[in-house]
Amino acid sequence: MLKKWITSTTAALALMATMAGTALAAVAPDALVRDLSVEIIDAVKADPAIQAGDVKRVIALVDDKVLPYLNFQRMTASAVGVHWRSATPEQRQRLQDEFKLMLVRTYAGALAQVKDQKVELRPFRGNASDPEVVVRTQVKGSGEPIQLDYRLEKAGDSWKIYDVNVLGIWLVSQYRNSFSQEINAGGIDGLITKLAERNQAAAK
Amino acid sequence: MRRVLPVLLLAATLLGGCATVGTPSPKDPLQGLNRGTQAFNDAVDEAALKPLAEAWVEYVPQPVRTGVRNFFGNLGDGWSAVNHLLQAKPEPALNMTLRMAVNTVFGLGGVLDIASEAGLERDSEDLGQTLGRWGMPAGPYLVLPLLGPSTLRDTAALPLDMAATSTALVTGSEGRRLSGTLLNVVDTRARFLGAGRLLDDIALDRYSFLRDAYLARRQNQVYDGDPPEEGDDATK
Repeated sequence: MLKKWITSTTAALALMATMAGTALAAVAPDALVRDLSVEIIDAVKADPAIQAGDVKRVIALVDDKVLPYLNFQRMTASAVGVHWRSATPEQRQRLQDEFKLMLVRTYAGALAQVKDQKVELRPFRGNASDPEVVVRTQVKGSGEPIQLDYRLEKAGDSWKIYDVNVLGIWLVSQYRNSFSQEINAGGIDGLITKLAERNQAAAK
Repeated sequence: MRRVLPVLLLAATLLGGCATVGTPSPKDPLQGLNRGTQAFNDAVDEAALKPLAEAWVEYVPQPVRTGVRNFFGNLGDGWSAVNHLLQAKPEPALNMTLRMAVNTVFGLGGVLDIASEAGLERDSEDLGQTLGRWGMPAGPYLVLPLLGPSTLRDTAALPLDMAATSTALVTGSEGRRLSGTLLNVVDTRARFLGAGRLLDDIALDRYSFLRDAYLARRQNQVYDGDPPEEGDDATK
């Protein structure tokens, strides 16, 4: 009982603190991440197809709920690195599409594991008036909590995610080395081909 | 084991000699050797460890597997407590000691993880992280025969880590300790059965993907989830 009271009081205080910090942006970045997490977990729990790892359903979920809050072009550009500047608009679009598909497949695998997990915010140390912030969360289920952090940039009244950290590994940095390895070997088209190959092989 | 290791190392070196070397990386000067060792590990995994882990999941009921996992986890908790202490973090050290005490006494020697249910969550540390905390750099990336991704620092810490976390605390004959270790390895592998396929799906180059993930994760663990920024957003 007491524990519940403390939790809800803390939540109320946190909410007030968040509201105080939202003078500039309409939504606080940590509140956005929390709401998004809850929404996704609920959607997965309500959908047996996603729990079975159905990639098409996951893509639909991502397009519907996550994509509006994602700066996918920045993610791709950052993973491609300096070569992004020399890529043509068509190449950029294809890179973005294939990379997105690859990440969504990863995400589908992770979502299939969702059972009784809860997402908790770790203390927010940024400032909601900063143009870029890190929101830190942890996923609690059975076993050790899983670290899940987000980098967000301000986008008008709201925020957009441009990198995700799972268990201490930032996704975009994680791909940067392998991308440059492929670009060095076969140019940007080589990387596109490789990504497409992977996506096709996995779709089988 | 002691006699097998040099042979494995030799085999890995020979395999490494004919492996293709990708882009050189400053953190990975021994890439040729490492790629060979990884190929060797993958072969062993495919031939022995993975089938064992699959059989383990298929034939052993979930509660038993959880019990085995908790038991070995409990032994690790004690070692985590020691490492928290070595890193001058008294609070988690106390929590992990309490965790181990509760699970050992009330959890049937660690088979039940009642401490987690009571809100005392696991916060793992090992000697490699402690050395990192003390300022020792990770050193070159190393793929160890059978054991997989590591660094020079983590490899130096490994004998003590292994002695402390599983084998030494399971008292009994050499044979019993060996079967205990095997059980732990098979159960650990069983937890990653799903991850193997995922890795093939999302990695352009399995070797460098694993390497980069391992190095980033260890750096993150040394700093308890808060490593210093490397600041390399190339688009800015």
